[in-house]
Amino acid sequence: MMASGYNAKDEDGHIAVAGLGGGALRSRKPENTAFKQQRLPAWQPVLTAGSVLPAFFIIGLVFIPIGIGLYVTSSNIREFEIDYTGVDVSSPCFNCSQNFNWNSTKPCTCSIPFYLDQSYESNVFMYYGLSNFYQNHRRYVKSRDDSQLNGDPTELTKPSKECEPYAFHEHKPIAPCGAIANSMFNDSLELFYIDPNGTKVPVPLSSTGIAWWTDKHVKFRNPGGNPNLTAAFQGTVKPVNWRRPVYELDSDPENNGFINEDFIVWMRTAALPTFRKLYRVIQKRNGLMPTLPRGNYSLDVHYNYPVRSFEGRKRVILSSISWMGGKNPFLGIAYVSVGSVCFFLGVVLLFIHHKYGNRSSSADMSH
Amino acid sequence: MPWMSPLARIRDALAGQRARDKDLRNLVSNLPYEGLDKWKQPNRHFRNNGIKTTKYSVLFFIPMNLFEQFHRLANLYFVGLAILNFVPVVQAFEPEVALIPICVILALTAIKDAWEDFRRYKSDKKLNRLPCFVYSSKEKCFVEKRWKDVRVGDFVKVESNDIVPADLLLLYTSDPNGVCHIETANLDGETNLKQRRAVPGVCITVSNTDILLIIHAVIRTGCLGFSHPDLVLKQHLVYLKGHETKAMLNNNGPRYKRSRLERRLNIDVIFCILLLFTMCIIGSLGHYLWLESMPSVPLYLVPQTDGHLDTPSLSSFYKFFSMIILLQVLIPISLYVSIELVKIGQIYFITNDLDLYDEETDATIQCKALNITEDLGQIQYIFSDKTGTLTENKMVFRRCSIMGREYPHKENECVRRALKMYIYKIKILMFTKSLPPNQQETEVILDQKLLRQIRGTEKIDAYQDFFLALAICNTVVVSMATAKRLRVSARLTAEFQQTNQSNPLDTLSSLVRRAGSWTRLRAPITSETSANDLTTQGQSVNQTGGQTCSLHVPPQGTAPAVPAGKLCYEAESPDEAALVHTAKAYGFVLMSRTPDSVTVQLPSGAQLRFEVLDTLSFDSNRKRMSVLVRHPISKQCILYTKGADYAIMELLETPYGEKQQKAIASDTQQHLDCYAKEGLRTLCIAKKVLCDGEYESWAVQRQHALAAMDNREQLIMDSAVQIETNLCLLGATGVEDRLQDSVPDTVMTLREAGIQVWVLTGDKPETAVNIGYACRLLEQDDLVINMSCKRNSPCIPRYSEDPRNVDTTPDISLVIDGRTLTMLMSPDLRDRFVDLARHCRSVLCCRVTPLQKSEVVKLIREKLKVMTLAVGDGANDVNMIQAADIGVGISGQEGMQAVMASDFAISRFKHLKKLLLVHGHWCYSRLANMIIYFFYKNAANVNLLFWYQFFCGFTANAMIDHWLMIFFNLLFTSVPPIMFGIMDKDVSAEMLLGLPELYRTGQGKGEYSFFTFWISMLDAFYQSLVAFFIPYFTYRGSDIDIYAFGTPLNTISLFTILLHLSIEIKAWTIVHVFIILGSVTLYFIVTLAYGVRYLNYSGYWTLQAQMVDPMFYLVCLISTVIALLPRYLFHVLKNSITCSPIVEARHLDTLEPSTRDQWIKEWRSFRGRVQDKTSDVSSVSYADPKASLASLSYSSNGYIRSSDSNKTIGAL
Repeated sequence: MMASGYNAKDEDGHIAVAGLGGGALRSRKPENTAFKQQRLPAWQPVLTAGSVLPAFFIIGLVFIPIGIGLYVTSSNIREFEIDYTGVDVSSPCFNCSQNFNWNSTKPCTCSIPFYLDQSYESNVFMYYGLSNFYQNHRRYVKSRDDSQLNGDPTELTKPSKECEPYAFHEHKPIAPCGAIANSMFNDSLELFYIDPNGTKVPVPLSSTGIAWWTDKHVKFRNPGGNPNLTAAFQGTVKPVNWRRPVYELDSDPENNGFINEDFIVWMRTAALPTFRKLYRVIQKRNGLMPTLPRGNYSLDVHYNYPVRSFEGRKRVILSSISWMGGKNPFLGIAYVSVGSVCFFLGVVLLFIHHKYGNRSSSADMSH
Repeated sequence: MPWMSPLARIRDALAGQRARDKDLRNLVSNLPYEGLDKWKQPNRHFRNNGIKTTKYSVLFFIPMNLFEQFHRLANLYFVGLAILNFVPVVQAFEPEVALIPICVILALTAIKDAWEDFRRYKSDKKLNRLPCFVYSSKEKCFVEKRWKDVRVGDFVKVESNDIVPADLLLLYTSDPNGVCHIETANLDGETNLKQRRAVPGVCITVSNTDILLIIHAVIRTGCLGFSHPDLVLKQHLVYLKGHETKAMLNNNGPRYKRSRLERRLNIDVIFCILLLFTMCIIGSLGHYLWLESMPSVPLYLVPQTDGHLDTPSLSSFYKFFSMIILLQVLIPISLYVSIELVKIGQIYFITNDLDLYDEETDATIQCKALNITEDLGQIQYIFSDKTGTLTENKMVFRRCSIMGREYPHKENECVRRALKMYIYKIKILMFTKSLPPNQQETEVILDQKLLRQIRGTEKIDAYQDFFLALAICNTVVVSMATAKRLRVSARLTAEFQQTNQSNPLDTLSSLVRRAGSWTRLRAPITSETSANDLTTQGQSVNQTGGQTCSLHVPPQGTAPAVPAGKLCYEAESPDEAALVHTAKAYGFVLMSRTPDSVTVQLPSGAQLRFEVLDTLSFDSNRKRMSVLVRHPISKQCILYTKGADYAIMELLETPYGEKQQKAIASDTQQHLDCYAKEGLRTLCIAKKVLCDGEYESWAVQRQHALAAMDNREQLIMDSAVQIETNLCLLGATGVEDRLQDSVPDTVMTLREAGIQVWVLTGDKPETAVNIGYACRLLEQDDLVINMSCKRNSPCIPRYSEDPRNVDTTPDISLVIDGRTLTMLMSPDLRDRFVDLARHCRSVLCCRVTPLQKSEVVKLIREKLKVMTLAVGDGANDVNMIQAADIGVGISGQEGMQAVMASDFAISRFKHLKKLLLVHGHWCYSRLANMIIYFFYKNAANVNLLFWYQFFCGFTANAMIDHWLMIFFNLLFTSVPPIMFGIMDKDVSAEMLLGLPELYRTGQGKGEYSFFTFWISMLDAFYQSLVAFFIPYFTYRGSDIDIYAFGTPLNTISLFTILLHLSIEIKAWTIVHVFIILGSVTLYFIVTLAYGVRYLNYSGYWTLQAQMVDPMFYLVCLISTVIALLPRYLFHVLKNSITCSPIVEARHLDTLEPSTRDQWIKEWRSFRGRVQDKTSDVSSVSYADPKASLASLSYSSNGYIRSSDSNKTIGAL
């Protein structure tokens, strides 16, 4: 409702009065404009049961289908999770978890068998999950040098102060510097399909396409134009906890050095202490075969990463994701319940409107 | 330049210092030294005449301004926080970033200050450049110089209507008597002319030859006071410039009053600080427990640079400070700046209101106090002056009584009424002020009977004496129409004052005017022509009106040769002017007045020149004034006295004297009572003939008194009292002071709005009561308690009776006499007085002094803890205006003093209605809602960070980039609340004026209370919980990174905050829509740009990635809906179920304007009926309280008027 309109009465604020001093003085009369007189056309909604009823019903009607859709989508996502921390004595990785040393050269391996009772039809995302790992610790988050990671050759040998105390090792700059890089997840995981006849068939895991395109191509760059990474990283040392220097992360030159995708993924620090990070993608090979058929599998772990110090857990998650990401029924339930609540409120308001609505329209102010 | 040793220079400087400090000052004329080196000038020690009101200089602006700003505690606090950022252990992310908000705020304030100072500088420059004439011995004439070049020791020529450039010593005037008249309105606000005499014994010949006079004038510093420009003088003068520098008005800038809202706000800020500390302590404790719970050192725990880890307790101690920095926004840093901006905006709208503009004086409302606009919406008591505030203070002679005979001047009234209507119409049509201002006083329509009396021969002496007294016994200054006083400087000085009040609105408005001019529509030409038609019509009407008048004027044949019509009278008070004009109308024309003589022209045409022996000027103790003259023919010494009736009646010749005299006195007294009941201001005129011996002896005493050094005032008064005895009553006059336009309506409306109106006046009770009835302060059915006691003693014990019965009577009005008031204000009675006054519908205090006025205001303000407003127009109201929470000055007839002391200056009493009911209500509700919203906004935003602490080990980490956090408060969400505070309208102006009851919502606690504050804080907590935990549960366990998680949180927070505001906004205009949408757009643009631009930003490309993810939208949608649902529902239920008047009014506002007006009309009439009914009921119960109160008022020599007697008085 446009409650007020322009008023055109004596639309003039300038009457030149012949001043006694000779000059024309300007009248101080304020201008009669809608803005100055606070008469701009205005919409004055009064929120009453009657006027907001439709909104509630519309919210109800829109939210419930969305919620159902989300819920169905979420429940169609298949997720399989294996905890391989090895806390339990019965666990195959118990031994590895018990004796741990960053610098041990002898890898500790363990193998965890599991059974998939349903096949995965499309691409499967393989995650590793850590819990109770506070990647969002204030100092931890800061402990990196983005300029170095962006391939700035001068920054490479001059890690920023933020990286302290992981900036220099034995007076040599660390590349990549900082606590985040230093604590990079270094378990390597392999997946084997165990044929019904008992042979272990390795499942091909694709290690590219797991990081954001912009991160890989814009934000992270190897230093200099030197294709020889060993030379490019000349003068730097590997992070203390790493076993290999950064230029030996992968044999593929497109996935080595700072642009190694495992590294990039790790560098995007997780928001919450329990998180997962994309490890590998299992591509669908051809149209007929399911990506991961039903059956027995074995997860072979090179157990390197210690989590006992913070009572953390390590998991591997196999997930067939959809447009809404991983499996999470929460949002669907939330939408359905909010939609229902709104619908219910709509009914209540309808009742209120019938009971009180007439009164406000008659606008009886006598009491 | 001759060489001068540094030592000599220092000596010279010291000598100059001594010369300036001396009490007695020797000045030497500059003339002989003209053209000489600066070092040889005798007056070089004195500062030049340039004025400088600026606070800062260009060079030292920044340090000085910073120093000023750090006087504010809040700024210090925020700077302290910024410094804390640089402490390494606190581990702030980017300490430099934390400086941005405080820098922006300091810069904004500095820019504002610089702008104000620049305006001051400009106005100084303008003033310093004004021309004046200074004598130059080289040129042998007066040459034009600029004000600032005038030096001590110069000779200055000031012409009629010039502004005086400095403090001057008057040496010579064109007047043969060496007299000039000046107006000092800019100094003390008094608009009447004051006489100044040239220094006696100085002889100057103004010729073409050089002025060879060197004057060693001795001026006591401060003796002349300082003089500001705007003195109006006669003819040519030569002045020696006196004071070394022209001091400015003692204008200390805008008075700092803190509004009630601001005081409450500060309490809530303290609550916020407590809340902040609680949150920080929780964080600190949480961090400690978190660290303690770890079995060993985890990977993610980063040691210090030297490799060691802090102990948990130390680390958590540091975390406390980190938390303060992280959550500091909870204390709204920008709130103070925003409030100031909002208030400036509100004042901008108030000053631009057409309804508060007065055509006649071309004056809009002036807001001098910038920071108490919202108090206008909470007023509970109004204390009003009567004369000039409720009334126009334009005196019109109405009736007189001479020698006990009454001359009612009946025709006077009706003709005038008709005439006034026409004049008013013409004024409106012509938009002009060109009509002579004192037209009304000049046109006295004569009473035929009296005219015959004068012309007749019998009793001529008494009548002649009466009119001679009217003509002589005053301080009216006569000037010829050609040399009429001009208010040339009024505009200039008004501007000047405004700049000094550092009111930035003028320029602001001119800016807006310029910007808006292209949208302005010119009025169609047709309307202009029709206006012209009407004007000519009006003029013809005016002519006919003039003819009617001239019928009553005495025949021109008897009129003398001197064109009496060209005389102009400048009077100290409008009463005097009215009386002189009356005398003139009856043929007794005051022709001229010098300090020594008065010339009066008699109806016969003869001119009499009376020698003035002495003038006993008016003072408030004697309440009368007298003029002692020697009659030119009879050589008798005659004393004419004019004064308040009781002041004169006491001094009449002994009552045992002539019987006739006694009869005259009693008759006159009767007439006086009658006048007073009619609401006229009464004056008695008396005369006394002294024999020469009597005069001689008295004159000696008088000389002693005048020459006395100590106790001079008292002695002078005593001498006056001594001679003013045994007077012979001549008669009395009744002068009308008309009510201003729509005063009764305004008073009624204000009372309906729940405001108690008190009138404090210096007038007599009868006059005041009648004005009270006329302006509907008192109603016919009211029970009026009249308290007046002659002696102090008896009423005190009796008054102690409990006035409890007062409760049962609805409409009680109290009329108190000044003397009684003094007693009631005594410490033992004041509580009871306040208690009684609280039950009264209206209170009228008569014959109160200015000091009493302010005491009453203070008493009520402090005892009842209510918001008070004082309104007045004269110098006697200044105390009251300053004592009240809000002082309103009316720029009327009595100069500028009240206006200068006030917070708001209006030109009509009726403007109070819109100022309070509409602007007051709006300002209050806008600001209250804005402040609450501001607290809410910051809490809602900051709590997100707090909740996150539970998931990041209480390490004071943020999931939103610091820059974006700062932008969030500084850019994305700062403008909407300011706009909300300036422009929101809960109810339209028409409704607020139509239903004054709506004003009550602001009184007392109003919208901004403890309750509303905490409700909104709770809401903020709830909303932040929703905005945090919906995304949390959605993204829990997923691979989301910190900033990708923070982005939806920030977005949800933005939407929630803006939509919350949208729910609160009561009236949407295009500006609202534009600003809200603009804020959202700005958020996305800035965040997107930031995500691309900064490679070093860990959240690189985050929002871009989020915005292609449908989940982002789904999360934002549902979180926003859930977060706002309770508030939305709360508003809906509040508006549907409860029926607060505001809500009802808003419902009505949505109706068609015509329907709405109809409804208001019906409702008002309905309410009128209800009120009638209640008053019927109450009249029955009168008997009881009356009885109980009777004891009370009889004891105090007062009386109670029954409702019947009131009616009869009202009918008179």
